[in-house]
Amino acid sequence: MLKGATELRSSFIVSVDMQGIVKRFGPVIANDHVNFQVYAGEIHALLGENGAGKSTTMSMLSGVYRADAGDISIDGKRVRIHSPKDAMALGVGMVFQNFRLVQSLTAAENVVLGEKSSFWRGARWMKEKQREIEAISERFGLAFPVDRPIWQLSVGEQQRVEIVKTLYRGARIIILDEPTSVLTPGEAEQLFQTLERMKREGKSVIITTHKLKEVMATSDRISVMRKGKMITTINKSETNERELARLMVGREIVLTKQQKRPIPGKLLLNVQQLDVEADHGRKALSALQLRVHEGEIVGVAGVAGNGQKELAEVLTGLRAWKGGSIHFNGKEIKTASVRSAIEAGISHIPENRMKSGLAGSLGIVDNLLFKSYRTEDHSRLGFLRASKNRMWSQELVEQFDVKTPDLETPVQQLSGGNQQKLLFAREITRKPRLMVAVHPTQGLDIGATEGVHRLLNELRNSGSGVLLISEDLDEVLQLSDRVLVIYNGQIIGEISAEHADRERIGMLMAGLSTAGEAAV
Amino acid sequence: MRQLPATEAAASQRGTSGMKRRFSFRLELDPSRSSAPWWTPILSVALALLLCAVFIAINGMNPITVYMRMVTGAFGSSFGITETLVKAIPLLLCGLGVAIAYRISIWNIGAEGQFAAGAMGATAVIIYFPDLPAVLTIPLMLVFGMLAGGFWGLLTAIPRTYFGVNELITSLMLNYVALLALDYFVFGPWKDPQGFNFPGTPMFTEAQSLPVLGTTRLHLGLVFALIAILLYFLTIRYTKWGYELRLIGANSNAAKNAGININKHILIVMLISGGLAGIAGMAEVSGVTHRLMYGISPGYGYTAIIVAWLAKLNPLGLIVSSVLFGGLIVGGYSVQTMGLPSSISSMLQGAILFFLIAGDMLSKFRLRSGG
Repeated sequence: MLKGATELRSSFIVSVDMQGIVKRFGPVIANDHVNFQVYAGEIHALLGENGAGKSTTMSMLSGVYRADAGDISIDGKRVRIHSPKDAMALGVGMVFQNFRLVQSLTAAENVVLGEKSSFWRGARWMKEKQREIEAISERFGLAFPVDRPIWQLSVGEQQRVEIVKTLYRGARIIILDEPTSVLTPGEAEQLFQTLERMKREGKSVIITTHKLKEVMATSDRISVMRKGKMITTINKSETNERELARLMVGREIVLTKQQKRPIPGKLLLNVQQLDVEADHGRKALSALQLRVHEGEIVGVAGVAGNGQKELAEVLTGLRAWKGGSIHFNGKEIKTASVRSAIEAGISHIPENRMKSGLAGSLGIVDNLLFKSYRTEDHSRLGFLRASKNRMWSQELVEQFDVKTPDLETPVQQLSGGNQQKLLFAREITRKPRLMVAVHPTQGLDIGATEGVHRLLNELRNSGSGVLLISEDLDEVLQLSDRVLVIYNGQIIGEISAEHADRERIGMLMAGLSTAGEAAV
Repeated sequence: MRQLPATEAAASQRGTSGMKRRFSFRLELDPSRSSAPWWTPILSVALALLLCAVFIAINGMNPITVYMRMVTGAFGSSFGITETLVKAIPLLLCGLGVAIAYRISIWNIGAEGQFAAGAMGATAVIIYFPDLPAVLTIPLMLVFGMLAGGFWGLLTAIPRTYFGVNELITSLMLNYVALLALDYFVFGPWKDPQGFNFPGTPMFTEAQSLPVLGTTRLHLGLVFALIAILLYFLTIRYTKWGYELRLIGANSNAAKNAGININKHILIVMLISGGLAGIAGMAEVSGVTHRLMYGISPGYGYTAIIVAWLAKLNPLGLIVSSVLFGGLIVGGYSVQTMGLPSSISSMLQGAILFFLIAGDMLSKFRLRSGG
């Protein structure tokens, strides 16, 4: 079948070989000459923080994206993968973090969906298929009720349907993107056994994850990615969690900041015992404690999904909380309201600027007015003060050096850096008492990143409090006066900037805290 | 079952000799595109004309003569023009209603029902206060027509905001409820006793009818429609509330971040959207038919959806597209004498919508050469 193209390397058959893969999204390099090899019959963990580029790499292997440069070989044959269909034909199947299932169809129907002959074959054909599917699920230990509609299945069962779907279509290379993020510990344990079975049948299994414990528990080999680059690939037997944590977050020496820090002023934000539920009643924050003073930058480091999003939403009035108290500027905040947060002087740089920060199809003026249009300066008797707003916008554009052809240009046509400058202009011009900045430099190039850092520093120096929530540990360490580490909805460690130690923070972020760390 | 397009492509790339270069294109989602270019409506109309020309030719007619006849029928005489405008009035008002709702991404396809509700609301004034002078009757009819249409719009908006019920389905279904209610009134309690069993109310008096222009059928409703368009333009452009609507329409997540209560706006907008269709219904009974009767709308509410889409929600575009569709209806009548069914105009309408939607969809893609 493979005309001698198979490479043998220390008795392993290379099933996936990606060489020199480059992928750019605008100015950002998501994959910078990534080399990645997977053997047949191994479980290979692709480890990295969020944004390290692991999902991008896998998306190119499974045909969701196309690489800008580089070669992909499957079973020794050089291939071009343009679509998930191409990938499937080559035996590559991917289980996404967000399942792609039709809620109203049964599990079995979802598995056969898209098969050419599945259009209408009647009940007997379906029964046959169900047996076939049951045989596969039994073989790999993936039990789920085949004749039930998806919406009646638990999340764990839905994931099994997804896995069986790839197996049914003959996948030999199976990619699982953050497979345990939705599972209970028991379900995760079961999943690992399934992966073992697949491996024994000679399939290549790739899991992307940022959880060190899982990596050590399941995989044979581990590839670590950081900031779009492939750092290394090592055998599990030759490493440990500590080393992996260091590889994942990097080892560069933290630059101590030269400028003199102003002494923090009075207490601005005091969060006590905060309990918050996420969208599906899952606990997002539990008994979280947090203080921010005037004139300081407090950095919150942590791996995505540990409650950062919910924390920012609560502070900016977007999400209600279940228990605990929030005092801002000496007064207790009782209910969640975006408008009162705006009026109290809380500014917000949201996580995804185009999704919730800016209105892409509108121009500069409209985007700058977002939070100020209600004030007397900008509207009167229900009418916007058009010429005044234009002048005001022009001033801001110049002050913050936003590069735009004119004030009417839809902001989606600006570069990411200029969009972020615009966002900062809007939030800073209100002279906020507290700035909640979430991943403020995500997707920006180095120059724009420096600009954002400068703005945050200036804001701090002018006496505002800044809460910086970021997954980029370098950024948190570089800017913050205090670093808090969030894990599983709690602040599990606080470190002052002078004593910041990457390795320890990395361990804390991975949930490897040793008791004795006083949460503040 | 197992085709390997990818390996084949790889083979050709490696330069396996003798492989002929295949000329191929593929459609790809273009992430940089978020809206269709301005010329898609024009292209859609042109393609629709071309498609229907085929069917006209199959019917044994010369498409060019037929189209010429439609154009002269609709725009070639002062009679044609005023008739076209008469049809354009309800289309413009309903289309504006649809457009306002779509501004905040609400699909109001219930203009037909809101139109009927407005007609009923206006007629109720006449039934219960038959002897008021014109200065009172006309404004009252206008207010009640608007309120009835607005109420019908709210019936869609309330379940949407409080229970998340899809407005597409409720607004569509409420159309049937409204039309059947109208049937009930004209076959039942409101039927003209001297009408020889015709399903309609008695004819309105002079005082209950909108003033018309000279001897034509062109009535005051045109002024209502133009004022509504002007208000729409000014509101969206210059007021605080219009700014909020623009924000919600452009990015509802961001609007939430700006502290805007989106549910409140859905209620207000649907009240206005329905109210505009209600005015159209009032203007139709008071200005054209002079009675409430069975089958009062030939589907204005549905055509209005196409009008709004063709205009891309632009105020000036709404005027142009409603006149165009009014002309299409009138032109459709005038080709009947040539032996063609007047449904040729429905066919054109359908084809225009088809190409519009296809254009909006396809413009999100780009062509890439090479396999």
